[in-house]
Amino acid sequence: MKKRVYADNAATTRLSRPALDAMMPYLTSEYGNPSALHTMGREAKLALERARNQTASVLGAVPEEIYFTSGGTEADNWAVKAAAELGKNKGRHIISTQIEHHAILNPLLCLEAQGFEVTYLGVDAQGRISLKALRDAIRKDTILISVMAANNEIGTIQPIAKIGKLAKEHKILFHVDAVQAIGHIPLDIQSAGIDMLSLAAHKFGGPKGAGALYVRKGISLPSQIQGGGQERNLRSGTENVAGIVGMAAALEYRNARMGSHMEKVLLLRNRLIEGLLRIPNARLTGDLLNRLPGIASFLFEGVEGESMVMMLDLHGICASSGSACASNGHESSHVLKAIGIPRQLSHSSLRLSLNEDNTDEDVDHILEVLPSVVARLRAMSPVWNGSRENY
Amino acid sequence: MWCETFSDTVIEHFMAPRNAGSMPDADAEGNSGDPDCGDSLTIYLKVKDHVIEDIRFMVFGCVAAVATSSMTTELAKGKTLDEALKLTDQDIVEALGGLPENKLHCSVLGESALKDAIQNYLAKTE
Repeated sequence: MKKRVYADNAATTRLSRPALDAMMPYLTSEYGNPSALHTMGREAKLALERARNQTASVLGAVPEEIYFTSGGTEADNWAVKAAAELGKNKGRHIISTQIEHHAILNPLLCLEAQGFEVTYLGVDAQGRISLKALRDAIRKDTILISVMAANNEIGTIQPIAKIGKLAKEHKILFHVDAVQAIGHIPLDIQSAGIDMLSLAAHKFGGPKGAGALYVRKGISLPSQIQGGGQERNLRSGTENVAGIVGMAAALEYRNARMGSHMEKVLLLRNRLIEGLLRIPNARLTGDLLNRLPGIASFLFEGVEGESMVMMLDLHGICASSGSACASNGHESSHVLKAIGIPRQLSHSSLRLSLNEDNTDEDVDHILEVLPSVVARLRAMSPVWNGSRENY
Repeated sequence: MWCETFSDTVIEHFMAPRNAGSMPDADAEGNSGDPDCGDSLTIYLKVKDHVIEDIRFMVFGCVAAVATSSMTTELAKGKTLDEALKLTDQDIVEALGGLPENKLHCSVLGESALKDAIQNYLAKTE
């Protein structure tokens, strides 16, 4: 069988074994509705609350601060819109960054259309925001600061604790999109002064379709979905019991092994980066030090991203590119633009994202295949002026 | 996105493009696309007695752009300039066994570069 290497773990991950095992009963015999009074309902309700306890304990929160959602996008939407609703009488100014996920950027666009004003902080060439720029952007009417813990395209980690301190000093709500960070790097909600935090199960070995929003006690969150009153009347709809149970199990499993996982993944990733930077005119994007352990993101001059991804796929390697060709033209990545990459070059991005499931053989396979893929595409590229030899 | 079912012909042309490469002694060349927008195609022609005797292309672009370029050159090769001028993006898409809807615009890339090359040739020789 052809070797298959999955190097797209920032897009989604394989369901971890502990998560699957924890979910199994709720996909088969324990199918009660948590709102039902009978034994099966009570059993499902108990499972849900156990999952809430587990999630809270990993995050260093209390169970009442955890609201389950359908995933990271819903949590992000909820947080941003809720903060606007809560703060609108105090002010209508929001601070975020140019490199947020669209699950933040698009709700912010909606708010702008409703009369809110948003400052999108720029980032440096490594993708880090400047604390000074943040301090300068804070106004009397600023009601929310929303900054991602780590970027999905280039892996750059933001100075969350320092941002939280600034937010606290100015009594501004602080939301963190931690979808890429949770389960991958340590993040202490309390010491970082985080008021709201979004996470998604499928980024750390949980199932798709489950996520959570952490909301600090004392914040009276407006409801997200109205109906039967689930999630303390704030997010109605019969709970995704199996998904939530799986998320909690995956989170606990990941958290307990974070140190060893990080160490393993870092070694693999660094070998990958070192090997791929031997390709002429290859460039790493993001911050070398403040970087998620699993993310290796590159620009290979002269080669278009989608064709790289496709050719890698035909060699059994799953990767992704920030470049997407669609009918409305080639969309270039807003993240690469923000770190100052020229437009043409931004179409040449490739992201390989590893996790603890990856092996040395996976890295070997990528190092064997990718240089020749780049060489083949460069050989027929009209924008490549370098050598057309095979690497 | 690329994962939306490409035909076998598209994949085959992407993996083994026909007539890829430059042509230093070309009689004419034509361009289309814009590398800033993520796609750029150059087509080179060798013409004898009004017939496209040889044709090459260089492309920077997605899977559909590569396959389209390859197919365009294959369809144009051996045709008279008049016949080649009549090639439409629709002919190219059909020869490829279709393209996903959001990739249809890529077929225009091939048609325009070919037309540009032929027009450049005619302008030069008139």
